[in-house]
Amino acid sequence: MAGVAASILAGSLVLAACSGTDSGNGGETEGGGEETTAAEGGAASGEIVSVNGVEPQNPLVPGNTNETGGGKIVDLLYAGLFYYDASGAVQNEVAESIETEDSQTYTITLKDGWTFTDGSPVTANSFVDAWNYTALLSNAQNNSYFFEGIEGFSYDEDSELTGLEVVDDLTFTVTLKQPEADFPLRLGYTAYYPLPEVAFEDMEAFGENPIGNGPYMMDGEGAWEHNVGVDVVPNPDYQGGRTPANGGVEVRFYEGLDAAYNDLLSGNLDVIDAIPDSAYGTYEEELEGRSVNQPAAIFQAFTFPEYLPEWAGEAGKLRRAAISHAINREEITETIFQGTRTPASDFTSPVIDGWSDSIPGSEVLEYDEELAKELWAEAEAIEPFTGSFTMAYNSDGGHQAWADAVTNNVRNVLGIEAEGQPYATFAELLDDRDAGTMTGPFRSGWQADYPGLNNFLAPLYYTGAGSNDGQYSNPEFDELINQGNAAESVEEANEIFQRAQEILFEDLPQVPLWYSNVNGGWAEGVENVEFSWNSVPLMYQVTKG
Amino acid sequence: MLWYIGRRVLQVIPVFLGATLLIYSMVFAMPGDPVAALGGDRGLPEAVQQQIRDRYNLDEPFLVQYLLYLKGIVTLDFGVTFSGREVIDVVAQALPVTFRLAIMALVFEAILGVTVGLVAGLRKGGIFDATALVTSLFVIAVPTFVIGFVLQFAVGVELGWLPTTVGGNVSFRSLLMPAIVLGAVSFAYVLRLTRTSVAENMSADYVRTATAKGLSRNRVVTVHVLRNSLIPVVTYLGADLGQLMAGAIVTEGIFNINGVGGTLYRAILQGESATVVSLTTVLVMIYIVANLLVDLLYAALDPRIRYA
Repeated sequence: MAGVAASILAGSLVLAACSGTDSGNGGETEGGGEETTAAEGGAASGEIVSVNGVEPQNPLVPGNTNETGGGKIVDLLYAGLFYYDASGAVQNEVAESIETEDSQTYTITLKDGWTFTDGSPVTANSFVDAWNYTALLSNAQNNSYFFEGIEGFSYDEDSELTGLEVVDDLTFTVTLKQPEADFPLRLGYTAYYPLPEVAFEDMEAFGENPIGNGPYMMDGEGAWEHNVGVDVVPNPDYQGGRTPANGGVEVRFYEGLDAAYNDLLSGNLDVIDAIPDSAYGTYEEELEGRSVNQPAAIFQAFTFPEYLPEWAGEAGKLRRAAISHAINREEITETIFQGTRTPASDFTSPVIDGWSDSIPGSEVLEYDEELAKELWAEAEAIEPFTGSFTMAYNSDGGHQAWADAVTNNVRNVLGIEAEGQPYATFAELLDDRDAGTMTGPFRSGWQADYPGLNNFLAPLYYTGAGSNDGQYSNPEFDELINQGNAAESVEEANEIFQRAQEILFEDLPQVPLWYSNVNGGWAEGVENVEFSWNSVPLMYQVTKG
Repeated sequence: MLWYIGRRVLQVIPVFLGATLLIYSMVFAMPGDPVAALGGDRGLPEAVQQQIRDRYNLDEPFLVQYLLYLKGIVTLDFGVTFSGREVIDVVAQALPVTFRLAIMALVFEAILGVTVGLVAGLRKGGIFDATALVTSLFVIAVPTFVIGFVLQFAVGVELGWLPTTVGGNVSFRSLLMPAIVLGAVSFAYVLRLTRTSVAENMSADYVRTATAKGLSRNRVVTVHVLRNSLIPVVTYLGADLGQLMAGAIVTEGIFNINGVGGTLYRAILQGESATVVSLTTVLVMIYIVANLLVDLLYAALDPRIRYA
């Protein structure tokens, strides 16, 4: 094994875990620059357009696809109740309407006349059966936790989602365990797609040649050539708002972004949804304006585990604020990331509706050497600091440069010992993280599944939440999340969630660093490229002259 | 001769057992829980993780896991990857691509390396010789990925003479550039080996005898000098085949070739024992066969060597 070679490549290899390696990328509203006009009605004829991708980690089943490699393809093949447009706004797709009185029981009505590509109709059962299948413990589906809020869901035993009730062919109701105002927001996500009856005969086989109801369908049997790519063609029976403007999409798998980028430069690839590190400084010039660089729904930070005495209590609080003030986010995003990251101003992301950069307390993110020193001195007066500031990260994800920069900031401003703490692989870091044996702060990242503020808050900071890796717990915060969930409207909920963020700025369980940007590009002659809120190019509207 | 080959083939069995045990234990010893890392920053639900562990016997002690793997091998079941694909399919897909690439690289380095080395050796100390030596030193000194990126950018992106990447389009044309990159360093070694060997043999007694007998220079060079000089070169080429099969990670990454290197690299990162062990075992087999071929070639090259 060429160890040296492997380590050199590790920097450029894209591991498609859900933002697990900071190689994900994000997208927002503008992209193509001009208004897009999808072809009117019916399947469009036209050129086939190609885009980079990676081999999906699982068969192409919505309930089991939890990473971008597969998600990108699944989203082309299926239509859900709703879809997200470029700005992240929710648009009806199969759903005619969704109604609720109390944010706890929802009545969902479907449009008539939708079919899967095998001809079978899309009914209330297509959704209810798919959701039940995904949620069932023994089916071990990666996206099962998206149904944990529905009545009857269990992590301990197989149990039916009693909260799902089919009223008639085109109507079903969802009853949640407790109110969730933003429940409809998430229904555009991959996990909630319907499945045809044939899927349940053999889910793994179905996932090799999936049958959906989306804008595209697989280009015949075996259209997924493993480790090479997937070809999809327009679905003539599609009736939603994502009508293809091209003759099909070829998702081509790349082991490294450098190869994909070089293909784009030589005209062998039409769209790329991430730029390799090596081209950060040059891509805007090389692509002559056919590129995009904007914040995405990806939040990067580092976490102070609650069980570390030197960062806890009143002195710990002051120290955390001091550390945050000691980090020059502007400089790091400019020099190390060459402008491909945006300094954070809250705990969510600018692409999310309701985002604000002026939440009271957010000034703790400002670089201020004097204030940092003052706060540190205050903490010293309470109780002297022993030890050092370390930053744990996984070396297989390309984090060393920024981790070194952050620790340099801390060392220079506060005059304490500070250094990065590399773990060879992500799996190794997880061992310590999940066992609660970290010896200092560690990096963390989060990519939203649906464009809602709460998707950045409850899963990470609510007491006992699945991704609350720092074991943070604050009853006040939990109470505000509950209130936000029970709100009458998303707007009202957002206000409450922003108040919850004020508590986070006070406590700093995580120190926000920056938002990852989506950096994409397209080849000459390719038009109407727009990147969605979730960093993925909207392939259905891409055209090639 | 047949007896000899039979004996050599039988040696495969202990080597196979040793190699699988060693590699399996190394993957087993890798720190970190591979299943925990499957879900990225978010992680997978605990129930899902447990099911995966059960499916792959990850909670069993090492020896049990290894024996279960061997049991599978005996029934020609090589296991399943974390993404649910049969390992045998993964290997069957990756191996031919890399094999074609390695053979192309081997042919390139053998033909070009021996030719240039022979000319340089015959004109020891001349301009051609000096140029060949300096060039080969340069090729050895520059890392593969530099040669790869530069060539890809110049020939693929700027000039457009050859495809920039390979991907699903595996053809002679698309593999040409990666094969040259992959074989570049070995080409330099073959050149230097041949040159030194030829230069040495040119002053040997039997060459003087052959020339004195009135044989033409061509015949002396090809039949006598070259045949004798190729023994160290063939040894090197045989070992190099295995090297090319396993060590193409960098080249395959640059040119997006879906071969053994990348597959192995991914499997190691993900801690997929079955894939790593199966692929590496195949590579060990290739080494063994290549070495056997080399030993048999000795007999053809040197009349004094006989296998009984």
